[in-house]
Amino acid sequence: MNIHEFQAKALFERFGIAVPRGVPAKSVNEFASAVQTLGDGPSVVKAQIHAGGRGKGTFVDGYKGGVKLTKTPAEAIEVARHMLGNTLVTLQTGPAGRKVNTVYFTEAVSIKKEYYLAVLLDRGSSRPVIIASTEGGVEIEKVAHETPEKIAKVFIDPAVGLQGFQTRQVAFALGLKGEEFKAACKLVEALYKCWWELDCSMVEINPLITTADSRVLALDAKVSFDDNALFRHPEIVALRDLNEEDPKEVEASKFNLSYIALDGNIACLVNGAGLAMSTMDIIKHCGGNPANFLDVGGGASKDQVAAAFKIILTDKNVKGILVNIFGGIMDCNVIATGIVAAVRETALTIPLVVRLEGNNVDAGKNTLAASGLKLTTATSMADAAEKIVKLVS
Amino acid sequence: MSILITPETRVLVQGITGDFGGRHAKLSLDYGTQVVAGVTPGKGGQFFEHGDRKIPIFNTVAEAAKATGATAAAVFVPPPFAADAILEGVDAKLDLVVAITEGIPIRDMVRVKRAMGGAKTRLVGPNCPGIVTPGTGDKSFGGCRIGIAPGYIHKKGHVGVVSRSGTLTYEAVYQLTVKDIGQSTCVGIGGDPVNGTSHLDVIKLFAADPETWGIIMIGEIGGSAEVEAARWIKANCTKPVAGFIAGATAPAGRRMGHAGAIVGGAEDTAAAKIKVFQECGIEVAVTPSDMADALIRAAQRLGAKLA
Repeated sequence: MNIHEFQAKALFERFGIAVPRGVPAKSVNEFASAVQTLGDGPSVVKAQIHAGGRGKGTFVDGYKGGVKLTKTPAEAIEVARHMLGNTLVTLQTGPAGRKVNTVYFTEAVSIKKEYYLAVLLDRGSSRPVIIASTEGGVEIEKVAHETPEKIAKVFIDPAVGLQGFQTRQVAFALGLKGEEFKAACKLVEALYKCWWELDCSMVEINPLITTADSRVLALDAKVSFDDNALFRHPEIVALRDLNEEDPKEVEASKFNLSYIALDGNIACLVNGAGLAMSTMDIIKHCGGNPANFLDVGGGASKDQVAAAFKIILTDKNVKGILVNIFGGIMDCNVIATGIVAAVRETALTIPLVVRLEGNNVDAGKNTLAASGLKLTTATSMADAAEKIVKLVS
Repeated sequence: MSILITPETRVLVQGITGDFGGRHAKLSLDYGTQVVAGVTPGKGGQFFEHGDRKIPIFNTVAEAAKATGATAAAVFVPPPFAADAILEGVDAKLDLVVAITEGIPIRDMVRVKRAMGGAKTRLVGPNCPGIVTPGTGDKSFGGCRIGIAPGYIHKKGHVGVVSRSGTLTYEAVYQLTVKDIGQSTCVGIGGDPVNGTSHLDVIKLFAADPETWGIIMIGEIGGSAEVEAARWIKANCTKPVAGFIAGATAPAGRRMGHAGAIVGGAEDTAAAKIKVFQECGIEVAVTPSDMADALIRAAQRLGAKLA
């Protein structure tokens, strides 16, 4: 789960991570009082969407920049007015962009130098790792690729947690001295604590900055959480912004379905994540384009199949459906009955190819055949993919 | 032989009184697995009944192991308590703990993995379908099944299968069985980013097992475990190996069902992993329908037998 920058910064402050003063506002009415708390000087106005690349983004009406420096409160309000309710397109949003429902005003601080700092899981060692770089404010992937020597990694032993020598390693790697060194150590310690205690999957500060008066601040904040651990953090779940998620994905999650929208026209309904991914792959391999990832799970019920069909069909690009079920333990006939009911209920008119294999498969195939519905059965994944691609083209 | 488990392995089930654990304990018993104990704290002294079988339930793993000689555990405990259940098996010095539970917090698994350093117990999973060593009976019955895989699709034989995904493993096993090629052991290592046993761990066991003549390795996007295994195979394994990577069409940055299936950088895309497979002499299955055929091609190239 992801959250907005202003929410992440509020969490940072709770853990004692210094951030520039800032206030979010959700309506034009809130703008004036929000800006007032920052004083008369220059401020930065930031559109709040989950996707990155906001500064270089463009709004759909042609207005440029989702992060803007303004000289006066009046100008800040004017800029915010352009952003609110407008849709911002960045490299990460896709062409549809994201609607801006919140604007974040922050004090403008004079930047001495920009750095990069993050905590995440290192899969290779199964340990948390702190990543730090003197190259901040740019894409870290690019730094890692072009100048890997400028990236420092410090691995944390989860049994004892972050040690003092390790926070110093990070601060030294950033080349900091004196007051800045001390402030950075404190910040690194707090950032790790935040990552660990809140079950984050990643916390990233890009850029982390030093200021003319030797402060060390998180100028930006990106925080994402381990979905598996949300059950123990109701306060984090409350930060979820459904506007940032595809409504189809939200609906799917209510039925314990794992759904991800893609841009093709062949919908798939599969049991198991690995099989679902490879069903998408084989559609592509046969010259088609998958419209979604959809995993109904290992023990799908009739109701889940029905819900899955409805969700698939809300995508107007869908021109055909491929159902691929390997019913190891689950009863293929239950799935077949669910398919028949769903097809009738949704009055399906587009081509449907069904590949069923596994437990009680003969009864399942009989149910499909006896239904009198117009659907195509397939004997293997390859056969199914070839058939649906042909039917939609 | 086989790896990790044999038809003689004595198995206890943690969470046997839950719906999920109970259902699969029954299926394992039907398959012929030596399910000798259940563990549910507070229900010690009761019995888990299936037909005319009465399996004793214990309060702790240590008691269950001591009383029944169980050396392996299947964990069906819900996510908030699963890490605790795994560590209880480790503390009882079991040889093997297979964690089926899906949705364990990553932080819990980071701690479990650290706590297991140096322990004699091997953990497989979590979020995995488990392990099957097929038996000699009809539809491979008489084998050992720990977890949730369908036993009946297997056939006793000489191909090892290792995979992160459940249904994709079944797909591969089914393709082999239909072609009359049996399996030595099939291991689902699970779809989470932090797991107990890696592709490489299982590959090493298969390479050393004289009864395993060929290997299918199924991976997916995210992480670099398949790449490490492939490099080791190139240097050390002379058996035919086929590989498949799921997720070639997955968009970057999205979690595809499995917590571990997410493309982070250029290194963990399907294309990058497939390229390493090819460099390491692994026969790549072009599509998931091609997994068994890819292994047959690999065997033909080496003049090796699979059955």
